[in-house]
This record gives sequence, C-alpha cells and structure tokens, in this order.
Amino acid sequence: MATLTHQESVTAEYLEVSPGTRRNFMLIIVAGVVVLVLGVIMSMLGIGAHHEAAEGAAAAHGAAHGAAHGAGEHHGSAPWLKRIIVGLWHNNVFFTGVSAIGTVFMAIQYVAYAGWSVLVKRVYEALSAWLLPGLVIMLITFGLNYLNYDLFHWTVPGIMEKGSETYDAIIAGKSGFLNPIFYLVRMVLFLGLWIFFTKRLRDLSLAEDLNGGTEYFHKSINVSAGFLVIYAVSSSIAAWDWVMSVDVHWFSTMFGWYVFASWWVSGIAAVTLCTILLKQAGYLRWVKEGHLHDLGKFMFGFSIFWTYVWFSQFMLIWYANLPEESVYFNQRLGGFNGQYTWLFFGNLIVNFAFPFLVLMTRDAKRQMIMLKIVSVAILVGHWSDFYLMFMPGTMKADNGFIIEIGIALIFLGSFLILFTKRLSQASLVPLHHPFLDESVHHTT
Amino acid sequence: MTKRFALGIFEDEDVLLHAVENVREAGVKIYEVFTPFPIHGIDDAMGIERSRLPIAAFFFGLTGLCFALWLQIYTLGFDWPMIIGGKPHIALPAFIPVSFELTVLFCCHGMVITFYTISKLYPRWKTPVLDVRSTDDKFVMAIEVNENTDMTKLSQLLRDNGASEVNQKEMSKF
Repeated sequence: MATLTHQESVTAEYLEVSPGTRRNFMLIIVAGVVVLVLGVIMSMLGIGAHHEAAEGAAAAHGAAHGAAHGAGEHHGSAPWLKRIIVGLWHNNVFFTGVSAIGTVFMAIQYVAYAGWSVLVKRVYEALSAWLLPGLVIMLITFGLNYLNYDLFHWTVPGIMEKGSETYDAIIAGKSGFLNPIFYLVRMVLFLGLWIFFTKRLRDLSLAEDLNGGTEYFHKSINVSAGFLVIYAVSSSIAAWDWVMSVDVHWFSTMFGWYVFASWWVSGIAAVTLCTILLKQAGYLRWVKEGHLHDLGKFMFGFSIFWTYVWFSQFMLIWYANLPEESVYFNQRLGGFNGQYTWLFFGNLIVNFAFPFLVLMTRDAKRQMIMLKIVSVAILVGHWSDFYLMFMPGTMKADNGFIIEIGIALIFLGSFLILFTKRLSQASLVPLHHPFLDESVHHTT
Repeated sequence: MTKRFALGIFEDEDVLLHAVENVREAGVKIYEVFTPFPIHGIDDAMGIERSRLPIAAFFFGLTGLCFALWLQIYTLGFDWPMIIGGKPHIALPAFIPVSFELTVLFCCHGMVITFYTISKLYPRWKTPVLDVRSTDDKFVMAIEVNENTDMTKLSQLLRDNGASEVNQKEMSKF
C-alpha cells in the first residue's frame, strides 16, 4: 500500500551494452550466415527440394495465371539464389514494418495524451532504428529482382506491351500504378517520410531531455498527428506495393489492413519483449506490473484484431468463390500438393488461438514469463504470416526454410545491434516528459 | 436489518486515498467508500479482492457461443437445410460472425445483469444513499459502527486524516 502513494524520486538510467551482449548479437549473425550457407549448399545438392511437387506446382501455376499468359512463362534464377532474393525481401519487409511500428506507437501515445507508456517510451523510440537500413536493403533487393525477375512478375520486360511475347493483358491494365519508376518513387517517398518523422520525434524527445518544459511535448503531438495521417495512407499503399504485388493478378481490399495488423501486433510484441528483457537485466526500475499488464492487453487485443482482419478477408473470398480471388487461398490451402496447408492453419493457431487463450486472464498479462512466451510466439508467428504471404506467389512449390531462417537470423542480429545502440544513446527514463509522474504511479 | 454508519466526508480524492490507507492501518474496517467518479488505486488501498465477474463473463460467453452454434447448425443443417452459394449445409466459416456476435451479446448482457444484481443497483422504489453529496462533489467514507464503538476516537481519526465533517447515519435494507 505504501508503494501506491509514496515513491522514491525517479532518476536517469543509462543502458550499457556489455561486450558480451554485443558478442552475442554477432554470434546470432554468424549463426545466420552458417545456416544460410548450409541452406544454399543443400539447395544446390537438391536435398529437401520438392521434386515430385514440381508438376503439381506447374498445374497450380497454370491455373493461377490462366489463359491470359500464353507462352511468356519465365524461369527465374537457380532455386538457391531465388530463395535468397525472396528471403531478403520477406525479412526486410517484416523487420522494416515492425521497426516503423515504434514510431507509430509513439505517435499514437502522444496524440492520445497517454501517460502510462512514458516509462517504456525509449524502447519503442529505439525500435525505429532499422528504418534507414530497411530502405537501403529494400532498394538493393528490388535491384536484385531485375537479375531474373524472381520477386515481381510485373517487372518482366514486355509484359505490359501489346504484341510482345510476354504480354499479359491483366498486368498491362495495372501499368499506371505498377511501373518501376512510380514504384521506386513511392518506396523512397514512404520510407523517407517515415524516417523523417522518426528523426523529428527523436530530436524533440532528446531536446526535451536536455531542456525540459512542455514545449517539446506539444510540438511532438503536432508532429505525431501529421505522421499518423501520412502513415495511415502510406502503410496501406506500401502493403499493396511490397506484399500484394507479388501476387500481381490477385487483389484484396482488406490487404492494407491485414499487413498493418501483422506489423502492428509484432511491433507491440517486440516492445513487450524488450521491456521485459531490460527489466530482467536490472533496468527500467519503475516499470511495474501495471505497465506490463497494459502491454499484455495490447498484445491480446491486437492478436484478435489481426484475426478479425484475416478472417474478414478470408470469409468474403471463400463465400463469393470468384476464381480470380479464391486462387490466393487455393494456393495456400492445398495448392502445391498441400505443402502450405500446415503453415496456413499453424498461422491461425500461433497468432490467434495461442495468445487468445494464454493471455485471457488478468494474471497472465501481469507475469513476465507468460508475456515473454506469447511475445516470442507472436513474433515467430507473424514472421511466418509474412512467409505465407510471399512464398506461394514467388517460390511456388520450391519453398524452403533453412535459407530463410539463416537470413532472418542475420537480420535479427543486425536489428538488435542498431536497436541497442539507439537505446543506449539516451536515458531509459525520459526525465522531463510531462507525464512521467503519471507513468510512475500507473496502476491497473 | 438496520445498520449504523459513521460517515467521513472528504473534499479531495488524494486526501481520501491517503485517509483510506491510514484508517486501515489504524485497524478500522472500512465498510465502503462512495465517490462521484472512479479513483485509480482506491481498490488496492481498500484491500478489495479481485472481482470474480470475469469468470461469470467467460461462462456467459460460452453459453452464447453454444447457443449460436446450436441455432445455426440445427436450423440450417437439420431443420430446414438450404443450399446457399453452393456451400455445405453446415458451413462453419459462415457461422463465425453470428457466433461471435451472440457470444458478445450474451457476455455483455450477462455481465451487466450480474453486476447490477450483486451491487444492488437494480431498480428499487427507494434507493438507499448514505449521503447524496457523494453523487456530486464529496467523497464519503462509510464505517460500520455499533454501541461499543468509541465515536469520539473514530471521529478524531477521520478528522486527523482530512475529513471535513463526520456524521452518523442509520440505514435499513442496505
């Protein structure tokens, strides 16, 4: 009871990334490289390849593209190279999206005048450290696509020119939006804007640490409001560009929300996981059960939100059963000899049933161990969700996991290095935030 | 049965919050606190146990889910099967929205009715209120007393902790 009204005064605390921790991050990267090389060798030797599935894949592919396609089927790179390119794109879209959620979360907290989250503010502030490398890797990978057009079918030369061998009337109809120049402009513009607003909010936050006063807080609210409007539009278009255009014949009006929901719940899981790990390492002394409880509620609620969006997309397509729409689920539910089916249902179990049942009670949301298990499950689950969005459209039946996991580990290690670097650059407690006191006294 | 209460009237919620802690530390059992609006942390300060309402809510929801599934499976699958959109008679994905809505409906109504019943907030001819000012701008701490209670001491304790006045009131059917 005494803790409720009598508090020790809050002081700044700085994260020190020990050499051991930094070595562990390097180890993750090295492990990723080893797994990646192993995967490439296995793929070259043909171990674990779906040879017998190839025919089914050809049939499914033919059904997917229909008669519009004609003779212009392209073959693409060797399986291992194709998997590296697709894996790079898949991981980068996932990590960059999760990274952007750091700024989105902060903007929402500012606009909502939220006080409870101030003590974990620096965690989600540091989450957006990956945006700039994300943009660079995305540009490079988009360039790699032009080696053999492995990622985007619509980039094949001549596909939009009438009379060409590769002409595809449906894709040509989308040329006003899906042409490489406009695509690159959008990519750079969106990520550039996200980076700009991230930097702006970060600068205000650091200036507030130095000078104090409420001026920075009010400015941050204005910046946040502007960012949220821009993000709402750009995240949706980014989802069409970066994810949906892989299945270029297909379309879904729910897709922007679907991808955002996946990024959003993963971002919150990442914030929760980092908060707990920091707390267990002895930092964030004033973060109490109440803060974890709120983060747990966010994870619980937005796992359901993701499911809601996922189901809204699925049910309409399932019910209407129009061939050009249902091909998407046809490929994932039994297509390619059913090799994506387990992932399709596993996705629902890990991302919906598991967080829903485990985090339902109040006590579970207040226990670090439960939150840790669920946030790891959500992160892995949504990585697989993105896997399921990309692979049937690009790799068809030749998908695999070893190369992809290798790339994911490399991304994870690099992500953590940048994240902890930004985290250690400022006090973990934003001392001059006007709502700090409210956050310290937060109870739920 | 008639109960007697000592009522400490407070002007400010922070004063009240501290008073609740101190009064309990002095060994006096607080019957209830009436405030115009919810106060963060007051349930912890008063040592109130967690409500078991969520457990009831879970079972209300489960009832709704079972009812919804039964309704749809029985009517569409057995009582009057119809072919809709070429789907099977019992097409579970199509049943999910209705099942979800009925789960929420049963859960909400069940919770509201249960809460009003156990808090005695259901409509009555005469609503017992210890001090009507607790619905406006005053914070009222009610302590149940009997003949053996030392009123001067209790009154002094409340005043020491910031009560602006201390009254006594008898209440039946409370």
